[in-house]
Amino acid sequence: MAEETKATAPAGERPAGEERRPSSDRPGGDRPRFGGGRGPGGPPREGGRKFFRRKKVCKFCVERIEDINYKDYRLLGQFVAESGKIVPRRLTGVCAPHQHRLSSAIKQARNIALLPFAGRAS
Amino acid sequence: MNRTYELMFIVRPDMTDEDLDKLIAMLQSVVPAAGGTVKRVEKMGKRRLAYTVRRFHDGIYVLLVVEGGGPAIHELERRLRVTEPVIKFLTVRIDEEQKRLDKVKKLRDARKKVSAQPAAPAEPAPAPATETPATA
Repeated sequence: MAEETKATAPAGERPAGEERRPSSDRPGGDRPRFGGGRGPGGPPREGGRKFFRRKKVCKFCVERIEDINYKDYRLLGQFVAESGKIVPRRLTGVCAPHQHRLSSAIKQARNIALLPFAGRAS
Repeated sequence: MNRTYELMFIVRPDMTDEDLDKLIAMLQSVVPAAGGTVKRVEKMGKRRLAYTVRRFHDGIYVLLVVEGGGPAIHELERRLRVTEPVIKFLTVRIDEEQKRLDKVKKLRDARKKVSAQPAAPAEPAPAPATETPATA
């Protein structure tokens, strides 16, 4: 019995490690793909955590970025999916006030051709 | 009416440097007549556009920071619209955002000072403590 729980522990941990990898380079295009590395981490075992989910934090709060500017297309690009869509904040963890500024900045950047309306910038 | 605006515009990529300078000089000369001042001119260089604009894939980005009221911006935008090599432009009012940023910065600086002050007297205190073992 005890052996079994021990055996399940690493199995439960492995998806967590896998999950950390894509989230560390979160700025990339990984985020928009639903359940890219996150999915249900392995078969759900009773008793333990079903899957590990990293606590999402607002990038702008953590790094104290107050100025969300449309000219900073590299920063904005982190919150735009491959398709050109603005990534919802339930996926990125951005707080509401910052998401508000972010979305208006992205829209301004789109208007001046710094970011695409749809599709990848070609 | 003291407002600050940012005008970003894109000119066609095949424009020569002197033509661009001439265009910028023309725009700058327009502003004082309409009761404004040009704060800053920044040529941001050639950049690939995110989508095609008038069949162009690249463009030269220029940024103009203007202080003044509506008439100055109105005139500038009209000029940009009728100037053939300008393929796109965007005007953004930035003074209110700047005010907000200054406020946040001030708040943070004040907080930093408060947190720094208790730390300063705390530092000399451990210094004698480390000395005592040395003398003993």
